[in-house]
Parts: sequence; C-alpha cells; structure tokens
Amino acid sequence: MIKLGILSCFIFSYLGWTAFYFQDQDEALKASIKRGQEVYQDYCISCHLANGEGVDGTFPPLAKSDFLLKKREESIRAVKYGMNGEIIVNKKTYNSTMTNLGLYDDEVADVMNYILNSWGNKSKKMVTEEEVKAVSKEGKKDS
Amino acid sequence: MKFNFKTHFKYLAPAVMIVMIAGSACAQDNRPGIMENTPEISDDQKNYTVETIVDGLENPWGMAFLPDGGILITEKKGELIFAKDGQKTIVEGAPEVVSRGQGGLLDIVLHPDYETNGWLYLTFASGEGEEEGANTAIMRAKFDGKSLTDHELLYKASPNTKKGQHFGSRIAFDNDGYLYFSAGERGERDVNPQDITRDNGKVYRINDDGSIPADNPFVNAEDAKKAIYSYGHRNPQGMMFHPEYNEIWVNEHGPQGGDEINVVKKGANYGWPVVSYGINYDNSILTDDTGKEGMEQPIYYWVPSIAPSGMAVVPGEIYPEWSGNILVGSLKFQYLEMLTLENKKVVARTKLLDGMGRLRNVKVGHDNYIYAGIEGKGIVKIIPKNKHD
Repeated sequence: MIKLGILSCFIFSYLGWTAFYFQDQDEALKASIKRGQEVYQDYCISCHLANGEGVDGTFPPLAKSDFLLKKREESIRAVKYGMNGEIIVNKKTYNSTMTNLGLYDDEVADVMNYILNSWGNKSKKMVTEEEVKAVSKEGKKDS
Repeated sequence: MKFNFKTHFKYLAPAVMIVMIAGSACAQDNRPGIMENTPEISDDQKNYTVETIVDGLENPWGMAFLPDGGILITEKKGELIFAKDGQKTIVEGAPEVVSRGQGGLLDIVLHPDYETNGWLYLTFASGEGEEEGANTAIMRAKFDGKSLTDHELLYKASPNTKKGQHFGSRIAFDNDGYLYFSAGERGERDVNPQDITRDNGKVYRINDDGSIPADNPFVNAEDAKKAIYSYGHRNPQGMMFHPEYNEIWVNEHGPQGGDEINVVKKGANYGWPVVSYGINYDNSILTDDTGKEGMEQPIYYWVPSIAPSGMAVVPGEIYPEWSGNILVGSLKFQYLEMLTLENKKVVARTKLLDGMGRLRNVKVGHDNYIYAGIEGKGIVKIIPKNKHD
C-alpha cells in the first residue's frame, strides 16, 4: 500500500512538472511566433507573400515547403546569412539570391518559429536563439 | 436532369465551397482598368555580349565612374570599393551604416563638376539620432585615391526606426546644379508619405552644399520639411535626370503590383497610399482608387511588380537602335528591362541580361556604354554585337 502511495506520488509529481514545463514551453513558443510574425511582415512578406505561397518560379513557397520542413539547419542558415544558388522546393527549381537581411539571432529564431508553425506547417521543436547562434555561415549541405 | 435541391444538395455544398476557396486563393484585384504586363515584354534578343568588369561583389548598390577610368562602387553591407584595371581595394573612411533589411551603404554619385571640386555624394541608412534603428542620410566627401575625406552630413531623415524597409536613397543632379534624392516611407505608409511635416515617402531637392533652395515648394508651408520637393512616394530606388525633357524621373516599388515610373514635379503628390495600382501582400485591397484629383499619375506602372531598381537612359552613341530607351533593373525577375517610349508612353519592352541575377543598378559610363550592378555577381558591361575592340 505504501509502495503504491510513494509510486503514485512520484508519478503525479512528474506529471505535474511536465504540465508546468510544457506549458511554459508552449507560452514561449507562442510568444516567439507572435514576434516572428512581425519580423515576417517587415522582412519576408514582399517576396514570400502573406500565406507563405511565394511566387512560382521566382520566390520559393514556405507553406508546406519540403525544403523548410526537412532542412532545418539550411533554412536557419538562409534566414541568418542569406542564400545563393539553385535549390529545389516541392519539386520546383529556384535559382535566385536571398539577401542577408541583417536579422539578429533572436529575430531569426522568432521568424523561424512563425514560418514553421503557419499555413499548415507544424514543428514540434522550437527554434531557440542558442540554436541559431550555433549555425555557421558555411555548413555541410543536408542531403 | 432537373435540379432537385434535396437530392443534389450533396453536390452543391462542396461545389460552392470549392468555388469560394479557389476564389479567395487568387489575387483579388477586381478594380477596373488595371493592365497586366502591358505591353508584353519581349524575350532577351541577346544581340550583344556581356563583359564582367568587376566580379565578386555581393550587392553593388551604387556606382560612380571616376575621370581617370576607375569606378567607385558601394557594397550595401557598408564597404566602398575602388575598382580599376581589374583590381579592387576598400576605400577607408566610408560612413558608418546600419546594414539591415534594405538599408546599408546605398547610392553614390559624383558632382557634375567633380573634376573641379572633387565632391562625391553618398546615401546610406544611418543610426545617427536619438532613436534606435536607422533612417536615410545623405553626405558628401572627397576621395584622395585611398580614403574619403572632408565628410559633411547634408541631410538626415528622422526619426530612426528599426523597420527594415523603404529607405529609397537614389541620388541625381539636374542641369541647374540641384541635387535630388529619395527617401522611402520606412514602412509607415499611413503616417509618412502624405504628410509634408514629416520625412519619408519623399523626393528631396537641396543645393550641392546641403542648403535649401529658396524656391523649394514648401519653404513657406508651416512646419513642413523644407527639403521636400515631392511627396506621396513609397520607395523610389531608381532615379535619373532625363536630358531630353530636363526632368528628374524616378521608378518606385509598389506593394503587390503597382511599381511605377514617375516624372518628378515640384510640389506634386504621387498618391501613396491613397491611390495605387497594387494591392496588399495578403491579397486584400489596399485602396479602391488608382487615381485621384490632385495626385500625379505614373507615366507607366507594372502589374505584376518587377521590383525596379536603378534607372538610366540609353545614349545614341554605341547603341543606335536603343537610343533614348529607358533602362530599369528588375530585382524580382533578375533581368534588365529596356522600355521604348514615344511621348512618354511605353510602346515596347524587352529583357536584357536575362537571368544574370537580381538587377540592382544600371548606369551609363563616360564611354557611353551601359553598366549594370548585379547582386551576387558584380558589374557587367553590355557590348553591342557590331562593336568589338
């Protein structure tokens, strides 16, 4: 009986802890997404447009973009430093220059969280400022 | 078969939904009389060759040709580059810039009497001032072959904000010694461009030393910014003096659609954001009106947008078939657009340098050749096929 009691204590404590921890995470993500939307409207919207649809053949889409959803580090690198050269997104080729926007690392994280969680995109793992800081200008290309 | 509501409803509901969803997904500019891609642009005839003059540049925003044959090039990130005979050196003493979004080190233009007085003019995004962020500034300085000296700040738009867009920043002299420059509306379309007591969304006219011409249109208007020459602009990133008409012409970015070529007139209101040929980026209607009494119409507009940057007129020497045509860079579609005009009406459009990269700038050199500044590339020169030295 006592064993059961102690075990229950641990289980419920753990559940209680996860409830608070993930709620904080949730709140942090929500706040980041909100800030990210402002960054998006200032720096990204004129090319990628309001619903992340891009312009066919010219600016790649972000909504349901296989590149964005599968190549996390490369996507962060593009937002952080800019991007040059040919890429394939949703089976279409794009070959243009995305200029270095001069965003701060926290702005990169915020706008990444916004685009990863909008227009049908969903990402379980929140992008943090630390993660952005660690992304170098030259990285190995994700396959 | 006769339509029976009861039995056929199961087809009606999804059909209506599909139509509504499809309808809302399309860009919704239902305003009458807006012409798209008119006249239709011709493909690049490639009746010329391209010579790379300076390579390895990221964003050659402005360029100026020195009398001795060198070129001064502004890199948006903040470097001023002196290029000559295939060599590049970084010029010391470039202004401190805020390189963020569309801002940074922007245009460079020489004084018409540069050989006598040595003045060059630079626009840039400057953080000078109390507020965080930046706004458009113009300065003049002299170049001694290695560095800039004799810096003088001539005008600084205010207040600074952290927004990344719409610094404008092209510079041009007219034939009467006046200096014009643009400052975009800094992303505050409902606050800046229509208000002459505020900076931004304006073309300014000053004397070559920064003083205000006595006959500027708003020198006597209460609280107006006296340097303002015209207002109601969004973000002019192309500007030139047209020698045939003795006028300053600009091209400017519209929102989604509605890029424009405007003839700059003293005291005129170019209408942003009250009238526009474009709509919002989220497809919502920005304004019902494409024109209004008291507001200037563009001589040309682009729908869809080409994202214009840089502007020049083709001289008769070197390119006789293109003489008098207007050149405008397209950032979005990565070509140089050449427009043929008759009596200020566009009758033909052609692509040049198609696919070479974001076409940031275009200028005619002392040698009367066309030079283009291309992002991710450098400076290239267009050589007609009948001319090979």
